[in-house]
Amino acid sequence: MNNSIAKEKIVSLRKKRSLEDMRFKYYGFTAMCLSLAVLVFLLYTIFSKGYTAFQKTIVLLEVDYNQEVLKLTPDSSDEDKEKGKFFRVKKQAIENFFPDLSKSDIKLVKKLFSINVDKEIKDYFLDNPEVINTKQQIWVTAHSDVDQLLKGNSRRDVPEDRRKLNDIQLSYVDQLVEENRVKQVFNNFFFTKADSRHPEIAGVAGSFMGSLFTLFTVFILSFPIAIGASVYLEEFAPKNRITELIEVNISNLAAVPSIVFGLLGLGVLLNVFGLPRSTPLVGGSVLALMTLPTIIIACRASLKAVPPSIKEGALAVGATKTQAVFHHVVPLALPGTLTGTIIGLAQALGETAPLIMIGMIAFIPNIPTGLTEPSAALPVQIYLWVESAERGFQEKSAAAIMVILIFLFMMNAIAVFLRNRFERKW
Amino acid sequence: MSNSKILANGVDVYYGSKQALFGISMDIKEKEVTALIGPSGCGKSTFLRCINRMNDLIEICKVSGSIKVDNEEIISEKTDVVSLRSKIGMVFQKPNPFPKSIFDNVAYGPTIHGLVDSKNELEEIVHSSLKKAGLFDEVKDRLNEPGTSLSGGQQQRLCIARAIAVNPEIILMDEPCSALDPIATAIIEELIDELRLNYTIIIVTHSMQQAARVSQKTCFFHLGELIETGETNKIFTNPDNTKTQDYITGRFG
Repeated sequence: MNNSIAKEKIVSLRKKRSLEDMRFKYYGFTAMCLSLAVLVFLLYTIFSKGYTAFQKTIVLLEVDYNQEVLKLTPDSSDEDKEKGKFFRVKKQAIENFFPDLSKSDIKLVKKLFSINVDKEIKDYFLDNPEVINTKQQIWVTAHSDVDQLLKGNSRRDVPEDRRKLNDIQLSYVDQLVEENRVKQVFNNFFFTKADSRHPEIAGVAGSFMGSLFTLFTVFILSFPIAIGASVYLEEFAPKNRITELIEVNISNLAAVPSIVFGLLGLGVLLNVFGLPRSTPLVGGSVLALMTLPTIIIACRASLKAVPPSIKEGALAVGATKTQAVFHHVVPLALPGTLTGTIIGLAQALGETAPLIMIGMIAFIPNIPTGLTEPSAALPVQIYLWVESAERGFQEKSAAAIMVILIFLFMMNAIAVFLRNRFERKW
Repeated sequence: MSNSKILANGVDVYYGSKQALFGISMDIKEKEVTALIGPSGCGKSTFLRCINRMNDLIEICKVSGSIKVDNEEIISEKTDVVSLRSKIGMVFQKPNPFPKSIFDNVAYGPTIHGLVDSKNELEEIVHSSLKKAGLFDEVKDRLNEPGTSLSGGQQQRLCIARAIAVNPEIILMDEPCSALDPIATAIIEELIDELRLNYTIIIVTHSMQQAARVSQKTCFFHLGELIETGETNKIFTNPDNTKTQDYITGRFG
């Protein structure tokens, strides 16, 4: 009798319990779908806004490399050629861009071209010096306003005073399109140039190199220190008050807002030690300080995960403590250590606030070539572009986000690769 | 009658404030197998780990009293733990080969102690150690494969070979067969019998049959005290102490 009641109870409760199971599974599935949807939406927004930045608009321009206008002769030396009057050639080309242009029209036409056109005309001539005294059809970069109009990023149906291009300029652009004198090609400038005030010739090369140099500094500073500190704390430090205090403080430091490290860099590295402002050296040092606790915590976790029996085995055959640790424990902890370091570096790559504090937010139109040259960094570049009023920078910032995401993705891929490689060994 | 190799006198061990061993005194003879038996938590492993100072790894562990190996005091600040451990090999409960090749596992000890001058010498030591551990024929064609790829019994013999390679005089074994199947256990027991000719062996075991099979002397521990010690035959057939009697007949523990 009792037995059958118990059975009934189990059966009725069993239904409830399996329902619970189902419900929990369903919650989990929903949560996952939701986060996936948000991720897809985010990526879609970035991509749809940014992909146009990988293209630029170029215009066909007829340039007359007349030797009188250039003030050059076919026999001029290379040095003289550098000093040729290319701006006069450009001026002439723009005056003849459309037939019968008035003075005010010429001004309008001039604004359809990038500021970089002078240089492009010159470079073309320096590459092909034989074109002197001939007329050449050259594709030159269009102004960002034309570029944005043709990409459909700026609207033409708003009142004239709220447009960058007025009605006459619009009709010029339409005419160019009709005559096939304008087209869109791959935007190499985005990958080869540094920041610029002109969106059409602004690129991420400068900030990319800046980020690379900064990360290099972070790695050089933080990896050895973190390994040393975590090995000491995990294997050698006596278990006493002071050690405990240090351990607690490392955890606390990992949670300190990054801008505080920026202030430290400003106050100590720049003002006391007088290191050069806005440089990857200072930026990297600040970010190294910021990421050190994270890396130390990850390193200690991976050291802790090495089975103590391995160390005991080494000690039992008469290895010294240092030998046991460096022959056996550290190599086994290496994959975890590397992964932790790369995650720390990824964190450093995306950090903006401390870099702003030490002046890496300055406008740097050059690609840095060393640790002590002023430079920007990718996240700061994005910040700067998002802030810019010019429409041309909007797509650039989305594209720069793509670049930083791919950078991060690659770093994580390297972390996974290293981990698998070193773990697969045995 | 052979000489005494290890002489323990009044060894007390504390883990923090808890006392684990109470005045253990023991005389271990050269080239004999001594088995330490007793219920779990009785302190036999703790005593074993005092002999090669492995208890140093445990921060809260305090050892007092005297243990003399070859008439040399080892429970002292001045003891050179590294050379002590090269003289006293140890085999652990769970096989713990290094995640390196079989060759490197055995070669590690001789290399760090600088026992060899050339590659050939090292190879000789590795081969002879593997032979002594009865493993050579099984692994001679795959010395470069990881030690962890071997079976449990083979791994344990690899660990014995690793201990032998530094040419110790004493081998401590902490329940070496508890993670192994009966066949692997039988092989290791046979090996212990052979090793006895050259080494002084102390083995901790939970299996009374094993103690009876491999050892000449048996020490019975209970609650941190050494209850009885004597010839294995005598302990298992006619113990003096009733506690020993109760334990070996399976009445407790």
